[in-house]
Amino acid sequence: MISYIARRLMYAAVILLLVSIAVYAIFQFLPFDPAALTCGKNCRPNLIAANRVRLGFDKPVWEQYWLFLTGIFVGRDYGVGSAAFTCPAPSLGYSFRQNACVTDLIKQALPVTLSLAIGALILWLIVGIGLGILAARFKDSPIDTGSTVFVLIGTSLPTFVTGLLLLIYLTLKNNIIPLNFDGYISIFDNPAKFFIYFLLPWITLAFSFSAIYTRYTRSAVIETSGEDYIRTAWAKGLKSKVVLRKHTLRAALAPLTTMAGLDFAGLLGGAILTETIFDLPGLGRMSLKAVNDFDLPVVLATTLLAAAIVVIMNLVVDLLYAVLDPRVRVG
Amino acid sequence: MTPIVKVENLTKHFPIKKNALARRAAGNVKAVDGISFEIAPGETLGMVGESGCGKTTAGRTIIKLYEPTGGKIFFEGEDITKVSPAAMRSYRSKMQIIFQDPFSSLNPRHTIGRIIAAPFEIQNITPEGGVKRAVQTLMERVGLNPEHYNRFPHEFSGGQRQRIGIARSIALKPKFIVADEPVSALDVSIQAQIINLLDDLQTEFGMSFLFIAHDLSVVQHISDRVAVMYLGKIMEIAPTTDLYAAPHHPYTKALLSAVPVPDPNTERTRERILLHGDLPSPMNPPSGCVFNTRCWKAQDRCRIDEPELLQIGASSVACHFPE
Amino acid sequence: MTRLLDINDLHVTFPTEDGDVKAVDGISLTLDAGETVAIVGESGSGKTVTSLSVLGLHNRKRTRLNGEILVHTEAGAVDVVSCSDEELRKLRGSAVAMIFQDPMSSLHPYYSIGNQLAEAYRVVSKASKKDALKRCVEMLDLVGIPEPQKRVKEYPHQFSGGMRQRVMIAMALINNPRILIADEPTTALDVTVQAQILTLLKELQREFNMGILLITHDLGVVAEVADRVNVMYAGKVVERGSVDDIYYRPLAPYTMGLLSSIPSVYGKGTGRLSAIPGQPPSLISLPEGCSFASRCSFASQVVGASCATDAPHLIEDEPGHFARCHLALADRRTAGAKFAAKGGNA
Ligand SMILES: Nc1ncnc2c1ncn2[C@@H]1O[C@H](COP(=O)(O)OP(=O)(O)OP(=O)(O)O)[C@@H](O)[C@H]1O
Ligand SMILES: Nc1ncnc2c1ncn2[C@@H]1O[C@H](COP(=O)(O)OP(=O)(O)OP(=O)(O)O)[C@@H](O)[C@H]1O
Ligand code: SF4
Ligand code: SF4
Ligand SMILES: [Mg+2]
Ligand SMILES: [Mg+2]
Repeated sequence: MISYIARRLMYAAVILLLVSIAVYAIFQFLPFDPAALTCGKNCRPNLIAANRVRLGFDKPVWEQYWLFLTGIFVGRDYGVGSAAFTCPAPSLGYSFRQNACVTDLIKQALPVTLSLAIGALILWLIVGIGLGILAARFKDSPIDTGSTVFVLIGTSLPTFVTGLLLLIYLTLKNNIIPLNFDGYISIFDNPAKFFIYFLLPWITLAFSFSAIYTRYTRSAVIETSGEDYIRTAWAKGLKSKVVLRKHTLRAALAPLTTMAGLDFAGLLGGAILTETIFDLPGLGRMSLKAVNDFDLPVVLATTLLAAAIVVIMNLVVDLLYAVLDPRVRVG
Repeated sequence: MTPIVKVENLTKHFPIKKNALARRAAGNVKAVDGISFEIAPGETLGMVGESGCGKTTAGRTIIKLYEPTGGKIFFEGEDITKVSPAAMRSYRSKMQIIFQDPFSSLNPRHTIGRIIAAPFEIQNITPEGGVKRAVQTLMERVGLNPEHYNRFPHEFSGGQRQRIGIARSIALKPKFIVADEPVSALDVSIQAQIINLLDDLQTEFGMSFLFIAHDLSVVQHISDRVAVMYLGKIMEIAPTTDLYAAPHHPYTKALLSAVPVPDPNTERTRERILLHGDLPSPMNPPSGCVFNTRCWKAQDRCRIDEPELLQIGASSVACHFPE
Repeated sequence: MTRLLDINDLHVTFPTEDGDVKAVDGISLTLDAGETVAIVGESGSGKTVTSLSVLGLHNRKRTRLNGEILVHTEAGAVDVVSCSDEELRKLRGSAVAMIFQDPMSSLHPYYSIGNQLAEAYRVVSKASKKDALKRCVEMLDLVGIPEPQKRVKEYPHQFSGGMRQRVMIAMALINNPRILIADEPTTALDVTVQAQILTLLKELQREFNMGILLITHDLGVVAEVADRVNVMYAGKVVERGSVDDIYYRPLAPYTMGLLSSIPSVYGKGTGRLSAIPGQPPSLISLPEGCSFASRCSFASQVVGASCATDAPHLIEDEPGHFARCHLALADRRTAGAKFAAKGGNA
């Protein structure tokens, strides 16, 4: 088991290395001079030249890449003399657009995205699984029909439409959920405000996921109920709630861990639409803005981060699945 | 007379990976591990054995649906072991296969006319009187209504689908057919129809069969000779009457005694040899005689020396202490 | 003889989009302690549907059940068709237990063997976990699983097919039920393993005096283990009698056809099997007369009734030997003698 994890971690490291090389290479082919992007409209040639040296763009590509890579582990110094400054480890580069170490920028944005993603995950798991189980148990009843309608709407309505509709009807027109002008508040500082701040984004984000999970859960439960081993469980004389909880759900929902883990990983890279609609300063908006501004170090860092999250989540999900399903346990 | 098919020391191993990420094979499944036999023109060789003993693999390797790992295959005296898949095409009209599962072996989106005509299409042959005529003649021959030419497989019962599969396999009048459990999925009353059909076709066209089955009574009915397989090896090969009347190999004996006979009085009085345990894994078969873990006659020698197929009367038996 | 089970005129119908599927169409049978009653018939004849009804395992909302299934327990008879869900649940496992055809899929892949066995035990006996585990090991030992102490902790995928069927048998017998229903218990197994399992079942039956309702399509297995036989065709019993009646003195044309379809023992010498032509009818639109009429070679010899329009009744032609056919009894006796198994002295 331990050797399996070690091997998987090694594979993960290799994949991340390849991703970083790929992203770095793409930048080299873009028709921009990165140094010219460091100052505004009235850049003078000597300033560009100075910045080029300061940020290391004068060095050969492989050396730049090497500096970037080592920076992650030991931090990185920029410039010389009085203009010198340091981005401490783990350094993911320096944004000349925002004049800040990229790691610091990420440290600000990550909690927002994390709060958004975790809250939404909890919400859609409760709604999706709950509704799916109800629909399966009361198949062909009004509950089932209702859930089908919900699934249809949830899967066909784009996120920005859901978000805007919620914003208009719940906040602007009826003021059920008050608009928050204070910006992001950590749950540790003010839980109540935190919940109000994130409620609409959570609902928006969880809406379509809930629909997908409802559909999945319903069909998985119905399918599992027809399995031979469920018939065996009934034949033992178990109560119907034991058959459902212990036997049916365990088998029906195990594959959901994989699905949820990967969906969650995808969101941690940034929920661009939701963050934009509700003006949340998360990773998604940060990378979107970086792309618009040609803020290359930030793009590089966020891409790498997203890749790292997906790769690690994959591992976590596989390990979790092995715990759930004895058949895939590795020796 | 040259045999239609002859195999010498044929082996087929499947490499097994421990998990999807591993590059190296963790071992080999020795599905077929050194079998030799001949099939004469017009002869039916039955092949029996328990699930997983390598019957299907043997059948498929012989007609080169699988590349053999070792050994030699001769077809009408020619060595076809090394013939490339492309060059195999010209042999395909002479050797065919009927599959076990009449439900999954037919393409559900093709009409049965198209399914039966496929061999003509693949070989680029236009039969006399046109493809449709030929197909309808075939359909009639296997007991299907030729007017059902344009219907789809799902409109037919299991027995009828197996007839479709048979019509397809005899379309080019092959000299050799591998029938891989052609009746196992069918009810007894339908099974009998199909066995009779295969019997009649053989009389009519004089083709040879390798008839694979796990049902010993079906094999007894249809075969001239029978090969008994265990863990990828042939334990005994003998003319049908000899094998059933006087089995020499302990495994054959146990197998025959395990088959329930549909006759209550016989059942009440017969002695049964009960084998213990299950089939060992074909990934690491026992050393010496592969049957030694379940054999009641096993001695030390059986665990060391592998017995060779030796002639006893008309039978060939791989056992140090034959009956 | 202690009567354990009475099925009276059972009808099981599944309403579907294409119409009502009459899977079981008026079956009656009885089972006594210590005996094995077999139901044979070809695929789709309603064997499994009948057996599932005894445990009430059909979805009650999607199934129409009519008739009576009386399970006799120490506390009196319970009618499975009309009893409450709770009464039904109490019968399962304790009075009636079942083993299924496919041992590969009948055990839950996520729970250890011990967990699944103990669950079956504790739902009836309310034993402590420790006692339950002891009982599991005992049962595994009884059904011939080596090293039960160790194997009780393992998972189903670590067992072979034959071992899993042994586990299923252990699970079924863990509460000493009086009735065991075995639906094709050996069909998925190899003959050598089948012989082990059938021998085991016979031994356990002798030890615990269970009544076994054995469902199979294999006439060899029936000859080996059954005392009495019900031959089913298209949802109806077409012949019933002792094993000797069925094999040596068959009275229903379908039974005769079935016996003569089996290779080797009967077909030997002639080179041809006497196959039954055609296929069974659709259960959605059963023919008006005898269900077997379209395949029966005797239909034309019937006088005084029309096989195509008059449905025959199950009649006791000889003591304890029933058949469903219009043909004159004497003619059927003559025909039956031709098809009878050769080992008989009748
Ligand atoms: N493509 C394959 N890759 C790996 N292993 C295989 C493959 N095909 C077959 N095997 C293995 O080879 C062995 C022989 O299989 P084969 O299908 O030939 O057996 P069989 O005698 O036809 O059994 P059955 O009666 O169940 O059809 C088995 O252990 C099987 O798991
Ligand atoms: N839930 C259901 N809904 C509709 N039809 C059903 C249902 N269950 C069974 N049937 C039909 O009832 C008929 C009898 O089925 P059953 O499973 O009892 O056959 P069987 O005699 O056990 O056959 P086999 O030998 O194939 O197991 C079949 O035609 C089957 O398709
Ligand atoms: S060689 Fe030995 S182990 Fe093998 S079959 Fe013969 S007696 Fe048994
Ligand atoms: S009633 Fe008629 S059709 Fe039915 S079995 Fe008897 S003879 Fe045949
Ligand atoms: Mg096979
Ligand atoms: Mg069945």
